[in-house]
Amino acid sequence: MSLTLPQYTPEDAGQPPSLALDYRSTVLRAPQHAPIAIPETLTEVTGPAGCWDRLMGSAMADLTTQHKAPPQGQRIVVSGRVLDEQGRPVPNTVMEVWQANAAGRYIHSKDNWDAPLDPNFTGAGRVVTDEQGRYSYVTIRPGAYPWGNHTNAWRPAHIHLSLLGPAFSTRLVTQLYFPDDPLIEIDPIANAVPMPYRQRMVCRFDIHSTVPNWALGYLFDVVLRGDKATPMEDGHDH
Amino acid sequence: MTTDTIDPLGTVNPAPRLDNQDPAIFGQTPSQTVGPFFHYGLPWKGGADLVGQSDMGARADLFPEDHYVLNLSSPRGTPQGEVIELFGTVYDAKGDIVADAMIELWQANAAGRYLAEADDRADVAIDPEFVGWGRSSTTVDGEYRFRTILPGRVPGPGNSLQAPHLAISVFGRGIIKRLSMRAYFAGSEGLDSDPVLETVPADRRDTLIAQPAGPGQWRLDIRLSGPGETVFFAV
Repeated sequence: MSLTLPQYTPEDAGQPPSLALDYRSTVLRAPQHAPIAIPETLTEVTGPAGCWDRLMGSAMADLTTQHKAPPQGQRIVVSGRVLDEQGRPVPNTVMEVWQANAAGRYIHSKDNWDAPLDPNFTGAGRVVTDEQGRYSYVTIRPGAYPWGNHTNAWRPAHIHLSLLGPAFSTRLVTQLYFPDDPLIEIDPIANAVPMPYRQRMVCRFDIHSTVPNWALGYLFDVVLRGDKATPMEDGHDH
Repeated sequence: MTTDTIDPLGTVNPAPRLDNQDPAIFGQTPSQTVGPFFHYGLPWKGGADLVGQSDMGARADLFPEDHYVLNLSSPRGTPQGEVIELFGTVYDAKGDIVADAMIELWQANAAGRYLAEADDRADVAIDPEFVGWGRSSTTVDGEYRFRTILPGRVPGPGNSLQAPHLAISVFGRGIIKRLSMRAYFAGSEGLDSDPVLETVPADRRDTLIAQPAGPGQWRLDIRLSGPGETVFFAV
């Protein structure tokens, strides 16, 4: 066999545990057994990144033009890069985004928060990285909202992100938080990630990508697992 | 890293918080839950049908129809191989169904080849009609369902050959980190010598082996936690 397989680093210290007692829903849903380490095979080092458009259809990088009129709220442009741990760009990677509206409400029948729905905002989109791993999408800044986790629980404003990455083992779902949001420090979901790694999920306001008279700019890079620095001990056939 | 500063009057000024753009904390972006409201942003109609063009995969009942912006997947021809349905129910530690989970599937084609750059074997044929990736929400009854092709055997470490399998990711409310697992098929070739299944204690292997449930139908329930807990992998 002449296969040369890429090999991916394991999780680093910034990855949260499955069980975070303060985030109540994890208690019945986190596995009680530790995950079993398996050899990386073709299954784990391949993925559908090159075929996302055949699977899902088109990119939808502007969430503010999906309906008859512009949505309520503050228009923002979020841009950045998708990189691996060595700082190399990850091109042609689809990033899916979904979020609440400016009032903090999702267009979802199970969201019973008493804030207005916006008929001009769905809050779903997807964008693809270019050859330099860059992406950019337009949306409105989401609002914070209460949730039932504990007394006076509020989620900080956030945008959900989903990235396919180059391999099954680099699949990532995460959340983007906004700077200077006091709710981050008391949010059990964000806090499942220890400091300072939690700050890897906080974007930066950026005047250079802010568009005059139109939208505030925020920068956010997503870093996926990269190549292993040392070869695996057991014998993949190189 | 930046540090706190003390001004001439003795006031401590806390260091500015690090953010995503600070080189001092560059590294893997942490995983977070998809939350309960992913249905209008991730699963799309047809996302769980890797063979045809049915609506399988999405739950359009959970949001207004005019806010459904996700497209059907692009039309494709008919992939080669045996069409199968894989389905099952997702349970939590108490045995309650999980109606807000999302399952993803990644697999080789009927000849055992992945449609991906890293699989560059010239001697195994690509099926241009088969990508091998899908996504399914669980229903109100906690059930996921995929329509796909029975995969061929794929090489493992050294000169080993893996038994036919699907790689599966489990996401959901309360699941901070994607759970990774596999589905194998009862009675299939190579099951007794599969190099990945061999890493699993013998008494837990059946949590990864789908059982026949009718012609072309296979059932594999997923137990996130507790009695009969599914084996999850660190990949």
